Amino acid sequence: MTKETLAIPELEGVEIHGTTRGAFLLRATLAAGAVYGAGAVAPFVNQAMAQGGDVDIVNYALTLELLETAFYKKGESLGLSSEVKKLASEFGKQESEHVDALTATVKKLGGKPPKKPTFTFPAKDEKSFLKLAVTLEDTGVSAYNGAAPMIKSKDVLEAAGTIVQIEARHAAAIRLAAGEDPAPDAFDKTLEMQAVLDAVKPFIKA
Amino acid sequence: MTDTQSTMEELARDPSSRKRFLKMVGGAGAASAFAVFLAACGSDDDKSSDGAPKVSKPSGSGSGKGAKKDLEIVNYALTLEYLEVEFYNQVIESGQVKDKKVAELAMKIAENEQEHVDALTATVEKLGGTPAPKPKTKFEDVISGGPDKILKTAAEVENLGASAYLGQAGKIKNPEILAAALSIHSVEGRHAAALNTLLGKSVTPDGAFAKPASMDEVLKAVKPFIAS
Repeated sequence: MTKETLAIPELEGVEIHGTTRGAFLLRATLAAGAVYGAGAVAPFVNQAMAQGGDVDIVNYALTLELLETAFYKKGESLGLSSEVKKLASEFGKQESEHVDALTATVKKLGGKPPKKPTFTFPAKDEKSFLKLAVTLEDTGVSAYNGAAPMIKSKDVLEAAGTIVQIEARHAAAIRLAAGEDPAPDAFDKTLEMQAVLDAVKPFIKA
Repeated sequence: MTDTQSTMEELARDPSSRKRFLKMVGGAGAASAFAVFLAACGSDDDKSSDGAPKVSKPSGSGSGKGAKKDLEIVNYALTLEYLEVEFYNQVIESGQVKDKKVAELAMKIAENEQEHVDALTATVEKLGGTPAPKPKTKFEDVISGGPDKILKTAAEVENLGASAYLGQAGKIKNPEILAAALSIHSVEGRHAAALNTLLGKSVTPDGAFAKPASMDEVLKAVKPFIAS
């Protein structure tokens, strides 16, 4: 059985077990010593297709967007520098537009949007805010990229694409503001739904 | 002379030093992982060791319409990536970019784009197709236009690249190819945002939802950069 460690330092405690036993992935892992985006997604295709449809995926994305919106809102109270404040306010507004669009999509698909959770974030100043922002935006990109191939509706897939590119742009800009490489890998990694949900659990109060 | 300049000059002089540079920064691993992945998941008659149901059958070995269309899309992406690599390589070689921040970003992006070229080439071969040839490019006017024009053009090309991938996402039939394209698409978005930041432009010029571009729109936009 393979065991992968996520590349995002803050999420390193999260391990993915069990779903990666396909012979091909094992070979890829052995040969490359690392699992990159595309490699990690295929077993997940099986898993998610067995479990649920587009409503589940959109609700999952919606939960992440609610989290991001709340996070940027929290930034307002942290006395950020004007440069970072500008990014936080612009990105927060865009995340809330994603919330609206995804809520409408869930309803259109005949589903029920999740109740908005209460969040808590361990950000107390600009440095910790940026650090967490990098993690959240990178995770957002990986979450969308991981889930998108399972989407059945072409319209929903295309909508997810228009959002994930924005998450990637946010990630790059936030990384630059934090003095980090805006595009650390040539291929963005993918994350499985459960791994993402486990990773964001500490930020959900109720 | 700054370190960046001397590094760039070394890269410009010696093509193999570029490869060493890529290895040094760990860039080569991603492309090979990607190629191995595609090679591994493409073997139709392989049995899973644990009897798990197989992932959707890659359409590469078939001659169906979906497989053919996917191949066209991957070759289209490959052409765009070639164009990007060529652009950055010529920019680096020209020595026109003196700003350390811009130069570093250009080298970093060039490295990513080369990995995309390698991965997409491997993908086309895996699908049983012939990789699109490297286009003959025409960036002389941009490069002689100086650093501002270079930076502006880089941002244009990356924003276009991101739109181009987005425009194809819904058309790709094979989920593995789709996953691969998505993992590149978001990186193009990152490049675009980084370059827009250096230009002092909005990182999200389309607002909260990125706009896709069709193949026709993209090919028209890159036409000035392709020598006939």
